[in-house]
Amino acid sequence: MKLTLWTYEGPPHVGAMRIATAMDKLHYVLHAPQGDTYADLLFTMIERLPKRPPVTYTTFQARDLGADTAGLFKTACQEAYDRFQPQAMLVGASCTAELIQDDPGGLADGMDFPVPVIPLELPAYQRKENWGASETFYHLVRKLAGAHAPPPGSERPPREPGQRPRCNLLGATALGFRHRDDVTEITRLLQQLGIDIVVTAPLGATPADIARLGEADFNVVMYPEIADTAATWLQRTFRQPAVKTVPIGINATRQFIREVAELAGVDAEPVLASEASRLPWYSRSVDSTYLTGKRVFVFGDATHAVAAARIAVHEMGFDLCGVGTYSREFARDVRAVAKEFAVEALITDDYLEVEERIAELQPELILGTQMERHIAKRLGIGCAMISAPMHVQDFPARYSPQMGFEGANVIFDSWVHPLVMGLEEHLLGMFREDFEFHDGATASHLASEGGHAVSRPTAVADSDAAAAADTVNATASVAVAEATTPATQTDTAAAAQDMTWDDEAQQELRKIPFFVRGKARRNTEAYAREQGLAEVTLDTLYEAKAHYGNR
Amino acid sequence: MSVPGCAKPAAVPLDVIRERGQREVFCGLTGIVWMHRKIQDAFFLVVGSRTCAHLIQSAAGVMIFAEPRFATAIIDERDLAGMADMNEELDREVKRLLQRRPDIKLLFLVGSCPSEVIKLDLQRAAERLSEQYMPEVRVLNYSGSGIETTFTEGEDTCLEALVPVCPQPPADAAQQLLIVGALPDIVEDQFRRLFDKLGIDNLAFLPPRKSSDLPSIGGNTRYLLAQPFLTATADALNKRGAQRLPAPFPFGAEGTTAWLQAAATAWGVAAETFREVTAAAEQRARSAVARYRFQLADKSIFFFPDSQLEVPLARFLHNELGMQLCEVGSPYLHKVHLAEEFAMLPADVRLSEGQHVENQLDRCIEQAPDLVVCGLGLANPLEARGIRTKWAIELLFTPIHGYDQAGDCAELFARPLIRQDKLAV
Repeated sequence: MKLTLWTYEGPPHVGAMRIATAMDKLHYVLHAPQGDTYADLLFTMIERLPKRPPVTYTTFQARDLGADTAGLFKTACQEAYDRFQPQAMLVGASCTAELIQDDPGGLADGMDFPVPVIPLELPAYQRKENWGASETFYHLVRKLAGAHAPPPGSERPPREPGQRPRCNLLGATALGFRHRDDVTEITRLLQQLGIDIVVTAPLGATPADIARLGEADFNVVMYPEIADTAATWLQRTFRQPAVKTVPIGINATRQFIREVAELAGVDAEPVLASEASRLPWYSRSVDSTYLTGKRVFVFGDATHAVAAARIAVHEMGFDLCGVGTYSREFARDVRAVAKEFAVEALITDDYLEVEERIAELQPELILGTQMERHIAKRLGIGCAMISAPMHVQDFPARYSPQMGFEGANVIFDSWVHPLVMGLEEHLLGMFREDFEFHDGATASHLASEGGHAVSRPTAVADSDAAAAADTVNATASVAVAEATTPATQTDTAAAAQDMTWDDEAQQELRKIPFFVRGKARRNTEAYAREQGLAEVTLDTLYEAKAHYGNR
Repeated sequence: MSVPGCAKPAAVPLDVIRERGQREVFCGLTGIVWMHRKIQDAFFLVVGSRTCAHLIQSAAGVMIFAEPRFATAIIDERDLAGMADMNEELDREVKRLLQRRPDIKLLFLVGSCPSEVIKLDLQRAAERLSEQYMPEVRVLNYSGSGIETTFTEGEDTCLEALVPVCPQPPADAAQQLLIVGALPDIVEDQFRRLFDKLGIDNLAFLPPRKSSDLPSIGGNTRYLLAQPFLTATADALNKRGAQRLPAPFPFGAEGTTAWLQAAATAWGVAAETFREVTAAAEQRARSAVARYRFQLADKSIFFFPDSQLEVPLARFLHNELGMQLCEVGSPYLHKVHLAEEFAMLPADVRLSEGQHVENQLDRCIEQAPDLVVCGLGLANPLEARGIRTKWAIELLFTPIHGYDQAGDCAELFARPLIRQDKLAV
């Protein structure tokens, strides 16, 4: 048993829903009690899909438990098939149905549907959403494409002369972080290279398309969390090599192009030469000098965290102060990148642990998920989104991929946006007691958003939560009190670590702009401890400043 | 003011479609989203699965509050395989939680589908933990599981759990009025002022804002239900000797007056006094509601089952705003608690109880209503078909009870139609 306030991933059957919802003409019959239908709103409200997820829930109740829950499942299966006429069906159980052991796979198998039925065993007390998505995709591919597999051990015939190279794009799902736009971007890039796409899956594919996966020369694994298992099986079964470089960031995109070109036997140079991204120039422009050495904390799924860490250091000139992931299955990749940049990797799905690490590191920018956005708001730190879990705000109306050269443009803009900009940063530093530059004031380009949670009561209410916030009790004031306390706690928590500040030092600390104050406090106290001082004085503050420089 | 469309009171029992199949509703755990705001020193610990945690997080619009007063103790395979003693595990997590939140005075262990299916005895756990932590913290339990509770019934089971720990009144206690059902504080205050003017000052609310203010309950208690979904709570109150005052629910001018009247009658308040106290407020409510007649009159509305508020709200929209009722679906129709409401509905109203969502969608699309009240999973798909919708969950999250919210309540239904008129894209 583990106490959880917020969870980064849903249960594994939600992962299966992400596959089913991404596809056409596939239906998922889920043995589940009333209430599990909440998962529909992830797709209809957060992703704003105009259709219901293709999922039928059996909705068993307590009084059914002693009776015929298996019968209920069979009825639901038959009705779903008759109504939706899918090309294939997924059947499985949610966490509660797993406990009653009705064996949905076996039951559906006995019903002799004229379409393939793929049973899913997704252990809900052990695994989570991304694993569930990966497992579902793998079984789908195995069952549907596997029917067309060449005999084991046979070699892949060479491509016909004159035939353009062909690949599959694997991994994009519903409720994915910018998956829809990434597919567009990578499709365009591959077309530029003269490569045809056989199937993009699961997003937009039908079961009939999945059956054709073997026709391609190779696979592009866009999101390893979802498609790695399936691609490995395809490699073994169809001798299709897989491109595993994820093209997020300029360098990764260049490497991706080279890798793809080599596999396809095409020339990468024309595409590389026509590179259409402003990131390299914007990063080199003098205006970006102020980005130098900004301390950045990265947290997300493994793919996006690894990519963000590399971009942050090599393409933005930030300092990485920490990197982590909630994807335990891919922890190794994150540990490797942490080692590369000499920081500690944080592998956890415990929100409180992430919060603690951020409070301790006091970064100037957080690149994270909506969970970290919340932490950032409370600690008054800038934050940009790099990964699921998803919030309605992470489905922008405009085209905004993360992958490819346009993705790099989007990343540059969205990461720089939360920061206080160059000259403004200097002015804030120079005129610390200016009444308009007080702590609560926000960078001018962010003014409309408010910025610093403590100064902005409405920060507790995300747009979609606004209704809830002025709800029961009309307790805006209570909510504010609750939302602001932890921030104050963290502020004082640092100080409470047996380090006292004399009045003069404390006053001086207050003159330091809020967005670097945490760092100044941390450095000063670390310095004081190192020097064996029990109290921080004005001198300690400046000695520490001299000691650490602008770090 | 006359009430159009309310000419023929409905015969009871009405004709009801009873269906079963897929239910597109939340489970009772969702009630935590508002109950944890209402009882300000209470913490709700769900003992369940990752699905439970994900549900509450998603239903709450995700992370409204910095540190919420709810959490999930997620059961894992070690617990199920018997490798870990679940009671020891639970005790450990409760200890960790209470250390972290010393401000908590009341802890609810909330049962879920998995905890019910594996028959984890949360009542015994609550008793054991109560013994350990009383008097600082009282530990109670209730079920919010989807196999037993539908959406708002989670509030019902929560309040039911509070009743046994409410104190006994002294033998000579004066008659007391108890308002049952979580109301926004501002609405409570309005009702308190009205009852005060009516001379009913021995007044209490269940749930209270603080767990230390639990009302006494006994033979002197007369109670008014403020919500139509409190079946189990009413039974528990009756067992304590309390008596329900039959009334329609306080939605709209008409409903609020009749609801107040039920108490006034029980307290023997003179008719003139009652009119004196309520007339102006009722008139204010009627004018506030009238502002939306233009948008809503003669428009048709279809209710998918969700909060059990459907019947009283349909009555309000029909009688005070002139809306046409297509189908009024509810997860459960309580014959006794809704008797006064049924009598105020048109005789030909089509009610449905339970749900087969696919069949119901077929009926809804066929009737092409002007407005559909439904859950979050159905709203956008219906909008995409050109059918305007109102999210049912907002009816729980917004003050809509009483005279001074009647206009707001009407506005919630008018807004989608106003928006439709505004948009030119």
